[in-house]
Amino acid sequence: MIKVEHLTKYYGDFLAVDDLTFEIDEGHVYGFLGPNGAGKTTTMNIMTGCLSASSGHVSIGGFDIFEDADKAKRLIGYLPEQPPLYMSETPEEYLRFVGEAKGLRGEELAQQMESVMRQVRIEGVKGRRISALSKGYKQRVGIAQALLGNPKVIILDEPTVGLDPLQIIEIRDLIRQLGQTHTVILSSHILSEVQAICEKILIIAHGRLVAFDTPDRLERSLLGTSEIAFTTDARTDQVRSILAGVPNVFDVKISQPEDGLVRAQMQTNAKNIYDTSRELFFAFAKRELPLLELNLKKASLEDIFIELTEGAPAPEPAEAGQPSAESEANDQ
Amino acid sequence: MTAVLKHELRNYFHSFTAYVFGAFLLAIVGFGSMLYNLQAAVSNFEYVLSFGSIVFVVIVPILTMRVIAEERRQKTDQLLYSLPITTTQVVLGKYAALLTVYLIPLAIICLYPLIFAQFGDVYLPTSYGSLLAIFIMGAALIAIGIFISSLTDNQGLAAGTSIAVILFNYYSVSLSEYVSSTAFGSVLALVVLILALGAVVRHLTQNETFAVGVCIVLFALVAVVYFTDYTMFEGLLPNIMKQLSLFNRFTTFVSGVFDLTAVVYYLSVAAFFLFLTVQSLEKRRYN
Repeated sequence: MIKVEHLTKYYGDFLAVDDLTFEIDEGHVYGFLGPNGAGKTTTMNIMTGCLSASSGHVSIGGFDIFEDADKAKRLIGYLPEQPPLYMSETPEEYLRFVGEAKGLRGEELAQQMESVMRQVRIEGVKGRRISALSKGYKQRVGIAQALLGNPKVIILDEPTVGLDPLQIIEIRDLIRQLGQTHTVILSSHILSEVQAICEKILIIAHGRLVAFDTPDRLERSLLGTSEIAFTTDARTDQVRSILAGVPNVFDVKISQPEDGLVRAQMQTNAKNIYDTSRELFFAFAKRELPLLELNLKKASLEDIFIELTEGAPAPEPAEAGQPSAESEANDQ
Repeated sequence: MTAVLKHELRNYFHSFTAYVFGAFLLAIVGFGSMLYNLQAAVSNFEYVLSFGSIVFVVIVPILTMRVIAEERRQKTDQLLYSLPITTTQVVLGKYAALLTVYLIPLAIICLYPLIFAQFGDVYLPTSYGSLLAIFIMGAALIAIGIFISSLTDNQGLAAGTSIAVILFNYYSVSLSEYVSSTAFGSVLALVVLILALGAVVRHLTQNETFAVGVCIVLFALVAVVYFTDYTMFEGLLPNIMKQLSLFNRFTTFVSGVFDLTAVVYYLSVAAFFLFLTVQSLEKRRYN
């Protein structure tokens, strides 16, 4: 549905987007995740035709956003970070203008306006001036304009910024609903938000795509190094000999404080941390040595996010068939 | 384009802009009619238009200051960029709306010569020729105003700059008598103009090398001509100021001559500044 190829954008000498390549299929809610200044908004602005690229291509439904702008833009509904609203107008007047600009006329325009206003639940305020609406309602009006023309792709740039918790929940519910009928791309620097709504995540850092997968697979495959720590009253040499027989365990640190107990800490790169903890439990049980305490620290999506966006070399995105900006950049 | 036109018209008539513009224009023309046609009993309506043309210094900036500056301030320009309409359609839609707002009071003014003709001998061809000319001249000034509005997101700055530019244009013929007519004076003025042009080119293209290149080529051209035959520059600056004046050309219509070259000049100015406005908006896509 959306194909981004070697997209690069310079602001003067500053490289905002660096050879970005990815492909997005029809359907699903995609999360565009990255810290502030990572290049999310710039990428979205280029994808929607609001900004030119220094090099590279973006095609929407097979139409190039620069060459076939008219056809490509008809497939996109875009809500920028600051909703582009005419404050002196009512939602109804505003949506009429956007609908007409998208080529809707007469009965079709009236029907679509009714439909989107119902969908985002702004019928009750359609006659009030936009400047008098709450931030949550303004956001809804912004989403309504993106929905007009029934575009296949809805792109939302940080749609919950500045909203109160209740409004955030409402907007998230709305985005989930939209995801059932449209391809939704949502940008955010809030990890929990992306985790809660999105089926697939693109992580961008320093203008480069560093990961593209489902939240679960990112957790499982990108950062497999989880941490296990235990306390036992076995001897140090016994602990060493047991751990030597447990697979996927490395970076073992054993200490024996003054209380006479042995404490061990280690990393595991097993896909499932419970496989390792099970092996560990049975290995101690077989030697009839007790495990007094066992702590598991699973790699969370937050760890992945921090590691990927803090300048560490990016791993290969795991999903087959999805081109990776990183791998392609490394090939060059 | 129709969507933009309708949207702009709705905005103008929902706010005071269209009414203030119309009121100013009708007031000054009404005042002129009272002075010339009623009190002085002169039957030439074109004199009223000549007298009233100064009002453009105020009313054109009132009309054009928000047209694009406000879109930038509210960030609604991002909406326009993301809609399936071209920048040219946006600019033409906005321009057509401004012309419509301008035409409404002008249509009322068109009745004045007919009314005066009921009570005296009014030469209608000159009156209506001048009315047509003032419409086209206003259209050119509005295009200049739109371009100035596209350069900033500050309405006040856009209005102030428009007033300064139109006022300078209005008095440029009078001022031309005070500027140096020597070859060296003209060269100095050209240097300043070239630097200003360079600044505009740099602002539009965001390309310093290109802007410097344009300036260097023009400087070289001026230097070559100056050292070949410096007499070509004598009186050049006053001539340029006279030729560029939109208001000066309007006096020809008031004298009873329908000057087609002036019409072409007005239309060229309008087209040139609309083109620059499109480029100014397109430039934002590159930054």
